[in-house]
Amino acid sequence: MSAHSTAHDFKANASRAIADTQLTGNLKAVRQNFIDKRAKAVKGLPEFEALRESGKEIKDHTLAHLDLYLEYYAQKVEESGGHVHFAADAEEARKIALDICRKVGAKTVTKGKSMITEEVGLNAYLEANGVTPVETDLGEYIIQLRGETPSHIIAPAVHLNKHQIEGDFRRVHTHLDPARDLNEKVSLLTEARGVLRDRFLVADVGITGANFLVAETGTSIIVTNEGNGDLTQILPKVHIVMTSIEKMVPTLEDASQILRLLARSATGQEMSVYTTLSTGPRRMGDLDGPEEYHVILLDNGRSAMLGGEFQDMLRCIRCAACMNHCPVYHQIGGHAYGWIYPGPMGSVLSPSLIGVDEAGHLPNASTFCGRCEAVCPMKIPLPKMMRHWREREFERNLNPALQRWGLGFWAFFAKRPRLYALANRLAIKAMALIGRKKGSFKGLPGLGAWTKYRDFAVPEGETFQAKWKKARAGR
Amino acid sequence: MSESRATMLASIRRSLGVKGDERIRKAMVEDRLERAPKGVIPDRAQLDAAGKLALMLEKLEAAQASVARLASYADVPGAIAQYLRDNNLPASIRRGEDSRLDGLPWAETALEVSKGPSAGHDLSAVSHADLGVAETGTLVLASGADNPTTLNFLPDYHIVVLSAADVAGDLESLWPKLRRKHGKGAMPRTVNLITGPSRSGDIEQTILLGAHGPRSLHVLVVEG
Repeated sequence: MSAHSTAHDFKANASRAIADTQLTGNLKAVRQNFIDKRAKAVKGLPEFEALRESGKEIKDHTLAHLDLYLEYYAQKVEESGGHVHFAADAEEARKIALDICRKVGAKTVTKGKSMITEEVGLNAYLEANGVTPVETDLGEYIIQLRGETPSHIIAPAVHLNKHQIEGDFRRVHTHLDPARDLNEKVSLLTEARGVLRDRFLVADVGITGANFLVAETGTSIIVTNEGNGDLTQILPKVHIVMTSIEKMVPTLEDASQILRLLARSATGQEMSVYTTLSTGPRRMGDLDGPEEYHVILLDNGRSAMLGGEFQDMLRCIRCAACMNHCPVYHQIGGHAYGWIYPGPMGSVLSPSLIGVDEAGHLPNASTFCGRCEAVCPMKIPLPKMMRHWREREFERNLNPALQRWGLGFWAFFAKRPRLYALANRLAIKAMALIGRKKGSFKGLPGLGAWTKYRDFAVPEGETFQAKWKKARAGR
Repeated sequence: MSESRATMLASIRRSLGVKGDERIRKAMVEDRLERAPKGVIPDRAQLDAAGKLALMLEKLEAAQASVARLASYADVPGAIAQYLRDNNLPASIRRGEDSRLDGLPWAETALEVSKGPSAGHDLSAVSHADLGVAETGTLVLASGADNPTTLNFLPDYHIVVLSAADVAGDLESLWPKLRRKHGKGAMPRTVNLITGPSRSGDIEQTILLGAHGPRSLHVLVVEG
């Protein structure tokens, strides 16, 4: 079992999210910040398009030879004194991590930001088994205090504002002066830094994820801005990297190519503050660093995606550009998707990992505007793959009767082009006539759910096909 | 462990429709690992030495690091003392065994210099970078007794000495140097690529400096 999912309730989740004005207010930050910063960074690097092609080629090559690169990588990790553990599913990954913690008698574990540990539900499992996990990325720390999951893969607390965070800090940090001033964002940051610094220094084990695994050297790479992933791995006796098989790249040169894409696509930085390459445990003569280095390699459904119509999804580098540019994500935020991967990448990945029965609704959460594919640094055809899932949902009879009936109704006309054009022309004329004065409809019969949150624009009196014909004739 | 390893590799091979012993596939993998082909290298970093240094300085400031340019290594202790004074910090630093920092006129300053990794009580630390990457203003530091990794993260103020001669244009220039020093396929325990001081954008997407790592990054570029 992977982490708990409410993806089957997507429609209800989304309705709740849209009605939550605090949430929709907080989400404005996504639109305002991420899009502009990325655009500026991409503009500043003329080679960006060529690098996208290069990144795609690297991942396609690696995935086509993944068995061989995994074997080579595992051998290099062992040569450098580290250990590699293969985990076929979430349960096995959790058990391996707990075993390592138990062997060193670990009481507390610090954690760098890792979506894979979210995917396998590691925190709840460790806690149930007497090991206290402490999230150290500021956003992850905040949501851990609230008992929530991340609502965004690189900005886990993007759904919250500073007043909500202040409330959580006052509720949990009861050892601090209740009269302290937390009005400024920087005082919240400083408080978290102080509280977490103490936890870093006493942790027995540190767990991080990995952005890349380098076969050539047996190296894992993490990319952060805070430095928490580094304090997590250099201070405790044991460093565990929990990651998944598709993070592999052949060489350091290959990692460099994709690093140029990652930070620009994610935060709009040219390079994140800390890019850290970790290889094995501390060496003879080293004065700091972990004494043990373990890598847990998770499959959890990924190997089955190879060779099929969803293989391209395994190129994903988790930059979050797709959700940052998604009009659906902008409206509902990440939690509504119901599982840990939100936005377009989640709508494609989640059904692969937890099944189309559970997550089959997610691929419908798209207007097919295509922005996700246009900004994806790894050129993943996200809309095309969402369509694949919709087809499967339809084939398996998973969508509701009304939707199937509506599609059948539409198909009847679509297969009869003249009838289709006629019906369209009549409908548009009628709507234009009725709605001429108002310019838009506040409600339409049968479309109440749609018009509840938006108005339907009045057609301008002509169909697209008619306009197209005219335009062609005029040339 | 070995059971899941076999299961996963078998599953990958089933999906890819391969056995794993195909000579052509093995040859392609070996060739890629051996040649480590460079991909697309940005034009911006293809400069002469002076151009690289200028770009490095520009990018360091863009990443919100502060910079002092020094004529020679002999100026390093004085510049450190000056920086600490300017920031109202105690005249005390922690550093590793790096011989490039030995034999400097430390005694001409009032600095109290101690050596070793940090246990979390040092306000200021001094490290020596192995390389600068001008393309992004990135400093490259390798773990070891010379420059313990804890010095890069625990102190509030991190001072890094960088020789102008070690400024490379692009990130890819780093890897052949590492391979020469440590052998092909081998690495030090940790290689840190550091671009500016620690920061977080997790509260309402506002970038704030000093999240968990150093609040300030000061770079002494030695040009002589």
